[in-house]
Amino acid sequence: MPEQTFILNGEPVTVDVEDDVRLLWVLRDILGVKGPKYGCGINVCKACTSHINGKAFNPCAVPVGKLDAKDEITTIEGLPGEVPESKRGEHGLHPMQESWLDKDVAQCGYCQPGQIMAAVALVKKVRAEGRTITDADLDGIRNICRCGTYTRIREAIREGEQRM
Amino acid sequence: MTEIQEDIGTEPSIGRHSVGRRRFLGYLIGGTTVVAAAELGLLSGQAAAKIPSAPQVFDAYDLSDLLTHAAQPTSSLITVTINEDGTASFALPRAEVGQGITTAAAMIIAEELDLPLKKIDVTLAPARPELIWNQITGGSNTIHAMYTPIRVAAAVAKKTLLEAAAAQLGGVVDELETRDGVITDALGNSLTYGELTAQAASPDTKAVEVGLKDEATFTLLGKPTNRIDALDAVTGKKVYTTDLDVKGALPTMVCRAPTLNGKPTKVLNAAEVKAMPGVTHVAMVPTGVAVRARTFGQCIDGVRALRVDWEDGPVVGESDQDILSGVKAAELPMPALPNTPLAKTIAYDFTFWFRSNSPMDTNSAIADVRSDRAEIWSGLKNPIVTQQQIALELGLTPDKVKVNVMQAGGSFGRRLFFDGAMEAAQVSKAMGVPVKLMWHRSDDARVGRAHPLATSRVRAMHAAGEVLAFQQSHTAVEMDLRHGFGEIVTALAADLPAGLGNLGYAQTIFALTTGIPYDFGVLLQTLNETDTRFNTGAMRNVYSPDVRTANELVVDQLAKAMRKDPLAFRLEFCRNERVRGVLKKAREVAQWGKPMPAGTAQGIAVHTEYKGASACVVEIDCRPETVGRRVRDAVTGPRVMKATMVTDVGQVINPRGVEAQMQGAINDGIAMTLTSSLHLVDGHFEEASWDNYFYTRQWNTPPEIEVVIMDSAEPPGGVGEAGVAPTAAAVACAYARATGKVPTEFPINHRDPLAFEPKPRTPPIPPSPTDGLRWTY
Ligand code: FES
Ligand code: FES
Repeated sequence: MPEQTFILNGEPVTVDVEDDVRLLWVLRDILGVKGPKYGCGINVCKACTSHINGKAFNPCAVPVGKLDAKDEITTIEGLPGEVPESKRGEHGLHPMQESWLDKDVAQCGYCQPGQIMAAVALVKKVRAEGRTITDADLDGIRNICRCGTYTRIREAIREGEQRM
Repeated sequence: MTEIQEDIGTEPSIGRHSVGRRRFLGYLIGGTTVVAAAELGLLSGQAAAKIPSAPQVFDAYDLSDLLTHAAQPTSSLITVTINEDGTASFALPRAEVGQGITTAAAMIIAEELDLPLKKIDVTLAPARPELIWNQITGGSNTIHAMYTPIRVAAAVAKKTLLEAAAAQLGGVVDELETRDGVITDALGNSLTYGELTAQAASPDTKAVEVGLKDEATFTLLGKPTNRIDALDAVTGKKVYTTDLDVKGALPTMVCRAPTLNGKPTKVLNAAEVKAMPGVTHVAMVPTGVAVRARTFGQCIDGVRALRVDWEDGPVVGESDQDILSGVKAAELPMPALPNTPLAKTIAYDFTFWFRSNSPMDTNSAIADVRSDRAEIWSGLKNPIVTQQQIALELGLTPDKVKVNVMQAGGSFGRRLFFDGAMEAAQVSKAMGVPVKLMWHRSDDARVGRAHPLATSRVRAMHAAGEVLAFQQSHTAVEMDLRHGFGEIVTALAADLPAGLGNLGYAQTIFALTTGIPYDFGVLLQTLNETDTRFNTGAMRNVYSPDVRTANELVVDQLAKAMRKDPLAFRLEFCRNERVRGVLKKAREVAQWGKPMPAGTAQGIAVHTEYKGASACVVEIDCRPETVGRRVRDAVTGPRVMKATMVTDVGQVINPRGVEAQMQGAINDGIAMTLTSSLHLVDGHFEEASWDNYFYTRQWNTPPEIEVVIMDSAEPPGGVGEAGVAPTAAAVACAYARATGKVPTEFPINHRDPLAFEPKPRTPPIPPSPTDGLRWTY
């Protein structure tokens, strides 16, 4: 069986698994990293949103064989590590996670790791464009929340943007 | 924003909640630490005895009462345990599916015990057959039924600890103070609950009489409080069924028929699929062909590679219109009302299409079935029925089947059923190994439970400024209520208020949830059900969103016929003080009647259920530039720009939780009226993805939502579902006012050309994409 090597939450990992298994299942079923959730498996619901080299992506749509040994994968478990310790909040978390706690966003919580990972990437993208989050940016987020926590998600992203 | 309002003067209470000076009996359970207990049925059975001869049963006795009442004769003990580390633990005999009941229960215990919230550990109890109907989570009734029993158990624990402290410190209980889990005497000597628990324990079980804390001294209940599971949720640590590792339980998925509820007859290439990478087992079960593999990704590949002969499902060849024709054929004649120049009758026929109650977390369960026993893990609202039915299926006695209740990623009615748990048990038995079964999203949408297609006919007669008669006849595909509500009703038949005991299950639930809060002369509401071929269930309300949408639209037409403002008309005819209170508040907060541009409008609707009342005002934008917005793979259409929900849910345990539930309910109501339905085409539902089934998304959600929670002296009512019906109805009313056309089909876009390309039915689940790296941002 082929060996797959990449960097996961700051640590290099090597897994024996076929090239075509989507990264989501390598993370969840083989490595036991359960933060990225399954909600569709076809890159629609965005519950599995994680980061690759600092950008948002959906591991349900990426065969593990496409990863390079130097690719850095970050899941919700490793998100605090994306910012220096000085930026982390009272729970030792990424500023966006702290805003999520502050706004008490989660209901069932299932979609929330993906929502937070998407929010962080959105703030970074908008910043790279030299601007701040607009209503149109928030309207464009595709992550589904079937509990309907959209209002607090919007509030938390705006607060998280300030803290980041 | 949440705001707590002054008392608005509510209806005279029936006195069940004025527990301040009353004494209650609880128990100290024999053991080595303090285990305090109370009867779940403590709320007392006054409701049934106090039914006035109201025009509608609903007025005085609703679904909440039924569930609470049902719990009593069979109720058993719930317990609060004081641990040696100073924490208190409580196993909640209910399911947490996102509605925040674990947080509310922890708050109640923290308040009564004077312990910090973080020292309360609330877990979900596994199936406890002795609780019988106390262990069903439905009808938003948890807090209504559990408030007093939890308080009594906590009070018994506190009293026991105080007595032990008095003995040890050499004083009297009255001179002791409790604070944050520490008991202090007048001299400043102190002991913690943790230090006292072993000593306070009693070797034998004994009855203990207690009074409850004066509600005026509450410091936590009623204060906005964040959820106790929030940290786990935002760090990815919250464990749902598919996150749990049970030894040997490998990923498993099922290949299903190309028609709804079709059955497998023969697997043509089992050996070939079993030889695929990662695959360990292939087995036929009644619902399809299961594939077990090292990863779910390999299950998906296996399911897609299977070739299976199928027996057609029961609706093969039929489409929406056929089912609607069947429902229409089952409509009962309505008494004719006169339509003369003096007495006019307004008549509308509405259609509500099938909707999916699929949550984010698809049906899933872990099952480990052995020859002599079985263990199940799943997100279940009704674990006792699950245990009984699985035991029956496996040929075991219920005590040999352990059913563990997991946290679930949403329910919306779905987890009253145990489709995943039953299927997992069948697969584990067929394969002879433990399995972690998960439904693919496309199956969850197509084959999972749907809210039944229904028609609602409304006839309202008015003359000389009065409404003389209001009739509503609801006809629907059968709602599957065989998850326990049914048995509750049967068990209680003799006890129910006059008339209810003779109705079928569905009629009873209908009568208990769909009241009309107006003085409209002769009221008549009937339900007739037909067609049992679908997988149906409630969807964050049983009937009310449809029923209320139909009748609030007609209320607006009555107001129009009498040339009255819709809100003023409702106030004039309202016969419920709590509804009147929320209406008045909504008028003020939402600035009812403010000028609105052409193509936009406000809409108002009210609803009373679950021991509470809510009014919703929405502002909808139906202008072409809004309706025509383009978002890829999406439905845009009219947008609700602002929603105001004023709710009176009785005494509020956690305003922050109530606000969250109302925000969610608003998004549900919007989807029901504007965007979300299932399309039955040629024997199967078309929707197989979240980009096919259009639940509210960020581009649909109101940019502005305001929730106002009324201060109320009524007992805590239900919260989880209360906001859906008024929103669905208010959106429909606003749409009618903005466009000048009364919508009669819901969602309003159901007959538009499909906004997506339907996914194939064979194989039944779509391939996993490979181009994910093209979409990074
Ligand atoms: S599971 Fe990856 S986007 Fe839905
Ligand atoms: S919190 Fe339940 S799906 Fe988002």
